Amino acid sequence: MTADPDTPAPSAGFLSGLPRLLRLIGGTALTLAITILGLLLVTFVIGRVVPIDPVLAIVGERATTEQYEATRVALGLDEPMWKQFAIYVGNAVQGDLGQSLRTKREVADDIIRYFPATLELATLATLFGVLVGVPAGVLAATRPGTWVDQIVRIVGLMGYSMPVFWLGLLALLVFYGILGWVGGPGRLDAGFSMMFELDVPPRTGMILIDTALAGEWAMFRNAISHIILPSAVLGYTSMAYISRMTRSFMMNELGQEYITTARVKGMPEWRVVWVHALKNVMVPLITVIALSYAYLLEGSVLTETIFAWPGLGSYITDALFAGDMPAVLGGTVVVGVVFVTVNMVSDLLYRLVDPRAR
Amino acid sequence: MTLLSVKDLRVTFDTEAGRVEAVRGVSFSLGRERLGIVGESGSGKTMTGRSVLRLIRPPGRIEAAEMVFDGTDLMRASEREMRALRGQRIAMVMQDPKYSLNPVMKIGAQLTEGLRRRDGLSAKVAREKAIEALEAVQIRGPERVMEAYPHELSGGMGQRVMIAMMLIPNPDLLIADEPTSALDVTVQAEVLSILDGLVRDRGMGLIFISHDLRLVGRFCDRVLVMYKGRVVEELEAKNLMQAEHPYTRGLLNCLPRIGGERAPLPGLDRAAEWAE
Repeated sequence: MTADPDTPAPSAGFLSGLPRLLRLIGGTALTLAITILGLLLVTFVIGRVVPIDPVLAIVGERATTEQYEATRVALGLDEPMWKQFAIYVGNAVQGDLGQSLRTKREVADDIIRYFPATLELATLATLFGVLVGVPAGVLAATRPGTWVDQIVRIVGLMGYSMPVFWLGLLALLVFYGILGWVGGPGRLDAGFSMMFELDVPPRTGMILIDTALAGEWAMFRNAISHIILPSAVLGYTSMAYISRMTRSFMMNELGQEYITTARVKGMPEWRVVWVHALKNVMVPLITVIALSYAYLLEGSVLTETIFAWPGLGSYITDALFAGDMPAVLGGTVVVGVVFVTVNMVSDLLYRLVDPRAR
Repeated sequence: MTLLSVKDLRVTFDTEAGRVEAVRGVSFSLGRERLGIVGESGSGKTMTGRSVLRLIRPPGRIEAAEMVFDGTDLMRASEREMRALRGQRIAMVMQDPKYSLNPVMKIGAQLTEGLRRRDGLSAKVAREKAIEALEAVQIRGPERVMEAYPHELSGGMGQRVMIAMMLIPNPDLLIADEPTSALDVTVQAEVLSILDGLVRDRGMGLIFISHDLRLVGRFCDRVLVMYKGRVVEELEAKNLMQAEHPYTRGLLNCLPRIGGERAPLPGLDRAAEWAE
């Protein structure tokens, strides 16, 4: 025998824990940078290709040729294309995404106002989707064909097939209109809204966190009563998806031989399922959860419209209808960056959970 | 003294395509000895082994006129009693450590799991016992192996880890289901001799399941030859060459002999009436 069979393969992860992780993060950051550069190129090209004259949009139809030319030079549109792109990238890196035609504010400032509302909503919705969807999928997988499995299947199917605007309206009608259990549209009651603007320092832009940090508990409770319905409606869809995927991943893992090993060792069934199998299910599930989260972070226009939620989805949609290209493209860049970042984080988590991928 | 007695064991699967009978009336008994079960793929040998642990997944069903392990009626035992038996007194080594070890758990965690969860030992004591068990299967540098993940081990090492894990509670009966079939030929002998030594030293009963008749003949005291869910012949291993059943003779004859005369190997005869 040539090789010493007692020596684990040299790629053993336990030999070099931290430097390996650092290298991994470094590589990830580089990929991130390249992807974002590509994204900026796409939005830049779209900005030049759409039949909306950026100069005309600013100066108006009645401007003189001199005014038009002056603005064109000010925007740098007389420069060659590659230079325009360099300026665009340089500005974007510094957080300057141009000025919105509609709100007359910096697009970056607008997004800082709108994005936290979406972040708050998407995070709660995903939390709901994971906390309900994963256990539901596991229960269904361990009892295939029983009434538990059927209920999870039907509830999941409804989540897939019911249009979210209809579900949102129905939920508002029942829980706000008839039962009065929750707050209505908007992020706060009107009275609290004013107080929030005046009294609570906007640390994160997320109402739940800012009010908690400021110790404004009445306002915090009010914010919860407002966010619970839209996040449940959004979370329902993501729960439906996550529970179906969990069920199928779990069924697959439960047929594996290491499950038999755990049973031969006399481990109780809950441990076989919730520890041995679930650890393996988490590997593919992380990608599923991350994709669903990234999707929600793009902002969901329908839900935001119904619940009068000032999020990124409604911001970009409104900008689109107003022909406000800087805002649309700026929003697109932010959505793209968020999407890529969430995917990168899920990639890193994946490697943490699966020793084979390190 | 009889450790395990099985009478008229049947394993059936009710599938949409109809009923499949994997094991059809197998009977045998076992003391603290080595019993080999030989047969082709699909002969029901693996299902027979797993029935003893009652680890047949639905829709598979186990039936038996009698299945008694050391005074415990396995057919009537509660799931809790079965778990106690599985953890402590009956163990099983499976074919391929690539699949039978949990890929995302460290070897150490898998080895100490039973000691900590079932026996309630402290982390430190469990770790010491696990390292002892690794040394018993002749693994050098057990501390390193404890920290490794299954994919970082070679097949032979994985199987030795598996044997160590299963022998930690000192079971009375070990079921070895093709324990060397997935390993390189060079490693097979090594793993077998480790298994042999441990089973002999500790005086446990062994059910050795294999498709390799000669290997079983060398390694066991008694051999059951299975064909299509039935036992067609049972004989002492030393009398293997005097086997009478044509199927067993066929299995013996289909192996070439090194240095023997070269002639086409005879095909395996499969008469329908042997399955009746």
